[in-house]
Amino acid sequence: MASKSWLNFLTFLCGSAIGFVLCSQLFSFMLGEQDNTQPNILHNDPHAKHSDDNGQNHLEGQMNFNADASQHKDENTHIAERLYQKVRILCWVMTGPQNLEKKAKHVKATWAQRCNKVLFMSSEENKDFPAVGLKTREGRDQLYWKTIKAFQYVYDHYLEDADWFMKADDDTYVILDNLRWLLSKYNPEQPIYFGRRFKPYVKQGYMSGGAGYVLSKEALKRFVEAFKTDKCTHSSSIEDLALGRCMEVIHVEAGDSRDNTGKETFHPFVPEHHLIKGFLPRTFWYWNYNYYPPIEGPGCCSDLAVSFHYVDPTTMYELEYLIYHLRPYGYLYRYQPALPANNLKELSQAYKSEDSKVKSETLERKT
Amino acid sequence: MLSESSSFLKGVMLGSIFCALITMLGHIRVGRGNRMHHHMHHHLQAPNKEDISRISEDERMELSKSFRVYCIILVKPKDVSLWAAVKETWTKHCDKAEFFSSENVKVFESINMETNDMWLMMRKAYKYAFDKYRDQYNWYFLACPSTFAIIENLKYFLLKKDPSQPFYLGHTIKSGELEYVSVEGGIVLSIESMKRLNSLLSNPETCPEQGGMIWKISEDKQLAVCLKYAGVFAENAEDSEGKDVFNTKTIGVFIKEAMNNQPNQIVEGCCSDMAVTFNGLTPNQMHVMMYGVYRLRAFGHVFNDALVFLPPNGSDND
Repeated sequence: MASKSWLNFLTFLCGSAIGFVLCSQLFSFMLGEQDNTQPNILHNDPHAKHSDDNGQNHLEGQMNFNADASQHKDENTHIAERLYQKVRILCWVMTGPQNLEKKAKHVKATWAQRCNKVLFMSSEENKDFPAVGLKTREGRDQLYWKTIKAFQYVYDHYLEDADWFMKADDDTYVILDNLRWLLSKYNPEQPIYFGRRFKPYVKQGYMSGGAGYVLSKEALKRFVEAFKTDKCTHSSSIEDLALGRCMEVIHVEAGDSRDNTGKETFHPFVPEHHLIKGFLPRTFWYWNYNYYPPIEGPGCCSDLAVSFHYVDPTTMYELEYLIYHLRPYGYLYRYQPALPANNLKELSQAYKSEDSKVKSETLERKT
Repeated sequence: MLSESSSFLKGVMLGSIFCALITMLGHIRVGRGNRMHHHMHHHLQAPNKEDISRISEDERMELSKSFRVYCIILVKPKDVSLWAAVKETWTKHCDKAEFFSSENVKVFESINMETNDMWLMMRKAYKYAFDKYRDQYNWYFLACPSTFAIIENLKYFLLKKDPSQPFYLGHTIKSGELEYVSVEGGIVLSIESMKRLNSLLSNPETCPEQGGMIWKISEDKQLAVCLKYAGVFAENAEDSEGKDVFNTKTIGVFIKEAMNNQPNQIVEGCCSDMAVTFNGLTPNQMHVMMYGVYRLRAFGHVFNDALVFLPPNGSDND
């Protein structure tokens, strides 16, 4: 009798344990459900997880506008994509073997991806990076020679692949979308180049090397020709000045890259140096070099800036984050440059005309 | 056999009843500390994407104006350069911003709290703000002068939150049993939380002026203790990907960390696109942020947002 009641007791215990476990499972399942029955997951909901991006039509390949999809769910890149197709830019980055991993790597990870084509120009070839070998020496005095050879290389291999040809350093940050906006008003068949315009030594001015400069296709052709016909000197210790002199000789116009409120777009320093009044001392060379009246403070820099220089690796990523990621939700920017999609059509028709320079001036007055 | 199965069944029943009892009890007791379930928050329905395109500009304006944010910045004379920078930059985007200082400082307008103690300053500031502005503002944002805040993103974050619910948001830290919002990342309180806080401020038991016995407890912890008594609990503010939107570090620090820890995903690993605050900035960095956030952008990238915010009047750096 005792063993039977002991068995009963054991069964009872078993039963209660199983009952307990089952019940707790049931409860946690039910409560889990309660967690999930939030109000409908809505767009712009800061709390909710979003379902996957439903295919926006963006170009594949080098350009990757929607790198992190869900943060950019409400982003419409249609205009940027159209400009990517219409204003083709080849970027070449002046670098060297010792800077590939230190600096050029970060250029490659950030803004370079937005060029239609990007080339890293070094004195020696590096198949892994990859970097083009110009077969020069390294050093500041070699910069002009490297520049000539780089443009020559681009001319020989990629002339038909782009409309505009941008030179930048491995510590320059370039905002390609804004460069395309600037250049969309011009015709690549015009002999013209843009950058941060300096006034000394050259009558029409010359462009700062570090802030980067961009040549039209016609300008590139004339530049390369100039060396074949010895119109321009091959050697100089000051790259940007020598290039600027050459441009004047071959009748390539030094363009005005400022936005339509007169603010500069190419910058020879980082934003802080331009934005903070008094950062650059009054005795600094910069104040005497600028072609247009130099401004410090908020008026220094266009909202649609094209470049900054002396950008260290950390700042490359910071700029990338500030420009392409962080934004003030719903904010109506003060500066509203109008170039809606139908204007692009208007512009492309303008390119077809012969007297494209007059046409683009008319368009400038319109916008 | 029969008696065994019946005792088995009895066992099952007893087990389930026991479990149910424990679960109920546990819920009631644990409920207070349990983060999400027992805050009784209404998550207001925000418009979805299709609706947004149908909402008129006017309606978006109306919705945007429904968020009225009052900013409290606690300053001391040593913070003068940061104070100036903050005044000239992001605080212009608050619906109203006032500076509460430990003592009067010439040239800078502020409300004198007449104390050097941060917790006392905070209490007085909250009381002042509530007494004066309870009918005018539904959200209260408190920050240090070394913090940069993007108020538009704060309002976006608050889009589905009902201010008549007790919200206490920011970058939370857990210290033992206490979860509190770090003052460095900025503290957001709804009007309901302000109400509850203010009713407790005069009570020395729940909300003592002198926090710790032996050493001082930081003001943000004290606030959390006080709010806890009123049934208001800290919530960590995150975006849809789980990234913090209130940050206690600068962008530069995040980038450097990412360069070390995840060198292939530096920008992605950094910070939320909808970040509200960064902390530890120098005055110069505040001006650069103003340009970087409110002006510098890439042409051709357009957003269709549910809210509309206009630039403030009489300002040239945004």
